[in-house]
Amino acid sequence: MGLQAIFFYLFAFVAVASAFMVISARNPVHSVLFLILTFFNAAGLFLLTGAEFLAMILLVVYIGAVAVLFLFVVMMLDIDFAELKAGVLQYAPIGILIGLILAAELVIVVGGSVLTPQAAQAITMPIPNPAERTNTAALGDVLYTNYVYFFQIAGLVLLVAMIGAIVLTLRHRTHIKRQDVSRQVARTPETAVEVVKVKSGQGI
Amino acid sequence: MEIGLSHYLTVSAILFMLGVFGIFLNRKNVIIILMSIELMLLSVNLNMVAFSSFLNDIVGQVFALFILTVAAAEAAIGLAILVVFYRNRGSIAVEDVNMMKG
Repeated sequence: MGLQAIFFYLFAFVAVASAFMVISARNPVHSVLFLILTFFNAAGLFLLTGAEFLAMILLVVYIGAVAVLFLFVVMMLDIDFAELKAGVLQYAPIGILIGLILAAELVIVVGGSVLTPQAAQAITMPIPNPAERTNTAALGDVLYTNYVYFFQIAGLVLLVAMIGAIVLTLRHRTHIKRQDVSRQVARTPETAVEVVKVKSGQGI
Repeated sequence: MEIGLSHYLTVSAILFMLGVFGIFLNRKNVIIILMSIELMLLSVNLNMVAFSSFLNDIVGQVFALFILTVAAAEAAIGLAILVVFYRNRGSIAVEDVNMMKG
C-alpha cells in the first residue's frame, strides 16, 4: 500500500467520522468544530488529487470565513439547545432508511460504472504538467480567459450576498442617543452657556 | 493498491449521505441543517475535483471554485436570516417559522 493510499484512507476516514459527529454532536459548538475538521480533511483529499489551489481556498475561505461565521452565530444566539434536541430520534429511522438507500444507490452507481474511452477525447482544458505550470497558474489561465464572465458573475453573487447580509442584519435604532458631530462643532459660547446673575440668598 | 476515481466518489457519496441524514436527524435546529447543507456542497466539490483530476480536465476545478463561491454566499445569507429571525422570535426552532402563515 503506497503512501498515497495511506493518506487517502486517513483523510477519508477522519472526514467521514467528523462529518458524522457534525450531525450527531449534542453541542452545536462541537458540531462547528467537527465541521472545521471535516473541511481540513477534505482539503487533504483535494491535495491528494492535485487541486492545490482549491485545497488552500478551502482552508482560507471555508475554515477561515464560513466556519468561523457559523461559530460566531452559534455563540451569539442564546439558544436552549437541549429543547431543540428533544425528539431527535423521532425521525431518525426514516432518515437512516433514506440515507442508506441513497448511499447504496450512489455506491452501486460509482462501483459499477466505468469511464468510456471517449471521455479522454472530450476534455476541453487539459491540466498542464505540474512541473511546468503550477495548479494555481493553470487555474488562472482558464479562469481569467474562457470563464471570465462566470468569474464576474461569481463576484456579483458575493457582492449581493454581502449587501444582503448587511441589509438584513443592520438595524437602525431610533430611540438611542448618537453623537452629532456637526451640531457639536456648530456650538458657540452664546448658544451653549447662559450667564445668570443670582441674587444672594434667593436662588434661582 | 491504487487509489482510483471510485474511491473518491465513494467518500463523497458517504459525505453526501451524512448531509442528507443530518437534515432528518436535526430537523428542529436550523444551524445544524445549514451545516448539513455545507457538508453536501463539500461532497459535490470533492466529486468535481476527483473527476477533474482523473479525466485530466481543469474545468472541474473551475466549477468547484464557483460552487465554493455560491456556498459561501448561501451560508452568509442563511446565517443573516437566522440572526434576524432570532431577533424577532427569540428562537430558531424550525416549527416556529410558520409565523407568516395566516
